[in-house]
Amino acid sequence: MKQTPLYELHTALGAKMVSFAGYEMPLQYPLGILFEHRQVRTSAGLFDVSHMGQATVFGDDSARLLETVLPANLLELPNGSQRYSFFTNDTGGILDDLMIYRLDDRYTLVVNASNKEADFALLQNLCGDTVEFESMINHALLALQGPQACSALQRLSPGIQKLPFMGAKQVLISGISCTVTRSGYTGEDGFEISVGASDALDLARNLLELPEVEAVGLGARDSLRLEAGLCLHGNDIGPNTSPVEAGLQWAIPRCRRTQGSRCGGFPGADRILAEIDNGAMRRRVGIRPDGKAPVRAHAELLNADGIQIGEVSSGGFGPSMNAPVAMGYVSREYSTSGTALHALVRNKPLPVSVCAMPFSPHRYHTKEKKE
Amino acid sequence: MNDLKYTADHEWAYLDDDIVTVGITDFAQDQLGELVYVELPEAGIEVSVGQEVVVIESVKAAGDIKSPVKGSVVEVNSALNDDPEKVNADPTGEGWFYRVRIVSPSDLDELMDEAAYQEFIATLD
Repeated sequence: MKQTPLYELHTALGAKMVSFAGYEMPLQYPLGILFEHRQVRTSAGLFDVSHMGQATVFGDDSARLLETVLPANLLELPNGSQRYSFFTNDTGGILDDLMIYRLDDRYTLVVNASNKEADFALLQNLCGDTVEFESMINHALLALQGPQACSALQRLSPGIQKLPFMGAKQVLISGISCTVTRSGYTGEDGFEISVGASDALDLARNLLELPEVEAVGLGARDSLRLEAGLCLHGNDIGPNTSPVEAGLQWAIPRCRRTQGSRCGGFPGADRILAEIDNGAMRRRVGIRPDGKAPVRAHAELLNADGIQIGEVSSGGFGPSMNAPVAMGYVSREYSTSGTALHALVRNKPLPVSVCAMPFSPHRYHTKEKKE
Repeated sequence: MNDLKYTADHEWAYLDDDIVTVGITDFAQDQLGELVYVELPEAGIEVSVGQEVVVIESVKAAGDIKSPVKGSVVEVNSALNDDPEKVNADPTGEGWFYRVRIVSPSDLDELMDEAAYQEFIATLD
């Protein structure tokens, strides 16, 4: 079992540790998952996400080569900007979803822990004379998330408040050299901070000393992302779900779509572009149980005739909603908000309705309000 | 309440006259994490030993409570419907689940006493 550079801090804080993607990770601290969840929605929380994979691709031809495996616009990605994207397979499924940011000629990817070996192998394969791959195994990754993350971090890193949503920058935080992006996995404003492993403990301690900040574990990370309608690879997306089925076509820019200047050119483009144009047969939707019982992953979704028309991909209790929330896939004709369905839980059909996501509104640091 | 009896599934049972109160142990609530949903049986139903009678859901997972005794349910702790966290706060007190009028007090002979249960959970860590 692997440990992150913050392992000793977690145990010193009294974390309940669990095995996750080959790492011993904090599930929760003594405050508990519900408290930690609300802490991130109301103040700020610090997550150790060092289990995630970080790797950099650099060299002259990097952007063009990365576009052969990602349906993203990297040739025109402004310096200091980050995008959400995914590796696709030949059948248009999602091998992994990821964040990628550019700092000068270096493109750094942050990928899921459970897929990082496969992702790194894929990137390594791209590399040749002009492009190099570097896995950042000697780096930790911390996420500081919540409405007070910025005002808190500002005291240790003056000027950080100017970083826009999905911006990336090298900064000093209490004198420690870090690469910071303004993004996260909670639906809140916040930062992801990449730091050398040897500085990670000092940095985490400095951040936890901020009165707004508490340590938050993987338990709350999951309930936060679920309420924010964000996908967990392996649950809500995977090799057998396409980006359009998953409702992630917003991440595929116009230039890579049908009639775009660099149309297609990534694995599974035929299917994915056809689905963008014509719609997918099934869609990921939000699911709200009418009652109080949580509806969890793999619960069957039934129509009024009791016929299965979909399946829950993630579900649980939403502490901010104080109610159960879920997401799942349904046939296209059942994907309209308000559609009444049943979820089969312990062999009992519980009434649920299809609804829009996110459950908890996103509060990113964007200038214009989305939608 | 030092006369609690325990199952290997971390339920406790407390016998008072012919009424047994059932709940889960502190060890169990700690393992489960904060409860967010409890589904109680209906008062009046007959339950048998090992029957799944209560569904509990924590922030992490779902679980069920198997009745340690046979009998008819005479009372359920409906306060848990609105406040399932009582189970975490006071598992052997306010966090009880239901009460059964038992047929045979010998059902409890199969269960562990406090010392045996403490010894049992010590082997689990």
